[in-house]
Amino acid sequence: MNFTNFGKYLLLLKAVFRKPEKIKIYMKAIFQQMDFVGVGSLGLIAIISTFIGAVMTLQIAFQLVSDFIPKTIIGSVNRDSSILELSPTITAIVLAGKIGSAISSEIGTMRVSEQIDALEIMGINSPGYLILPKLIAGITMVPVLVICSMFLSIGGGFLGGTLSGAVSPSEYIQGITTDFNPYTIVVALVKAFVFGFIITTVPAYEGFYVKGGALEVAQASTRAVVVSCISILACDYIVTQLLL
Amino acid sequence: MIEIKDIEKSFGSNTVLKGISATFQEGVTNLIIGGSGSGKTTLLKCMVGLQTPEKGSVQYDGREFTQMDFEQRIEIRKEIGMLFQGSALFDSMTVEENIMFPLNMFTDQSFKEKQERANFCLQRVNLEGKNKLFPAELSGGMKKRVGIARAIAMNPKYLFCDEPNSGLDPKTSIVIDELIKEITEEYNTTTIVVTHDMNSVMGIGDYILFLHEGKKFWEGSNKEIAHTDIAELNDFVFASRFMKAAKKNF
Repeated sequence: MNFTNFGKYLLLLKAVFRKPEKIKIYMKAIFQQMDFVGVGSLGLIAIISTFIGAVMTLQIAFQLVSDFIPKTIIGSVNRDSSILELSPTITAIVLAGKIGSAISSEIGTMRVSEQIDALEIMGINSPGYLILPKLIAGITMVPVLVICSMFLSIGGGFLGGTLSGAVSPSEYIQGITTDFNPYTIVVALVKAFVFGFIITTVPAYEGFYVKGGALEVAQASTRAVVVSCISILACDYIVTQLLL
Repeated sequence: MIEIKDIEKSFGSNTVLKGISATFQEGVTNLIIGGSGSGKTTLLKCMVGLQTPEKGSVQYDGREFTQMDFEQRIEIRKEIGMLFQGSALFDSMTVEENIMFPLNMFTDQSFKEKQERANFCLQRVNLEGKNKLFPAELSGGMKKRVGIARAIAMNPKYLFCDEPNSGLDPKTSIVIDELIKEITEEYNTTTIVVTHDMNSVMGIGDYILFLHEGKKFWEGSNKEIAHTDIAELNDFVFASRFMKAAKKNF
């Protein structure tokens, strides 16, 4: 995103936060989007998180072969990695692909088929009507999904570790319950909030300013996912630097 | 009444509209005609605020539109209905929901009242009973009629139609034209239709503004259009073999 695009992005965000025409209509749209972003993505996030947790446990066990390191450390490392980095970031990147491309192509198609013009002619603030419900769904449901992902990733680690024999159930549970710092949850939720904002607004921006036809909508969708992923990784670094 | 004065619009170094002025009266069908790339759709978009002209003014019954901010424009836009070239119906909503959408946004009517209004609008465009269909289930002509029904849902004072006949067969085109004319006369709206369809010009053109290369070349009625000595206008009007053959009857 160059500076012109970033400026346009900020101006679009300003328009998004104009006073809604009718709260009731917006509330309905917000719940629909929460269902789409949250409930609609839960299965995918559950599968990915469980497997990542399981693989993480096996890899940590593989690397910690020394007799001087207690096996409980496998649970601790898996817990902290899942909470601080893997759950928020992997969830966000997966959602950027799933939700981001859907948002970009939906709004882009509305643009090229003049549906956004129709909204504006009616006197409706189209950025607010189209983007605000998605944004609110993103910043509320992505943290929820990240919390689910944390539990499932740690649970997946338990399954992977115990089924393979890399760690015993008691050692793993002792590991995940020892020296737990609740502040890591705060850091993860701040990340999830920021990522939820990016996942919804960047694709919305790409779709909103599409010009042309089907090809341009597809290109905008691809660009939305790429820019979202890079923004997520950059913000991940910044938030980690600021909070830890 | 809508009055435009000295409208100029450019895209980069390409000047699309070169100082266009005109007055569009209520209760009559006003047509903006011209060949492809003559600037008629750009003029329409400047009039409704989808594009901003570099120069000139647009006045809705004396209210200066081009200088208004977003909030002020909302009041005028509530009085505007527009039929888009591709109908621009909301894909995710049924026909009824499309028509009720502006009512949901800007009125406090009960659901029953809104539904009655939607039924009335559908009846007006001869689409009774199609309430629960989605736009994807409609033909091109039906989509245009739903577009008109949505445009009149809020009882607009100003009705804009961008190429209402594009992609339609001649018979359906006449139905749409007649519907636009009937609605204009019935509700005394200021109706502006952008078209290059000569059937529409001869059928409903009470006032016609002819644009050529971004300039206003001629204005008059459909009774006068066949009797001018402006070469560019004659080239446009009598471009088809049918119109050439019919010329001797005018």
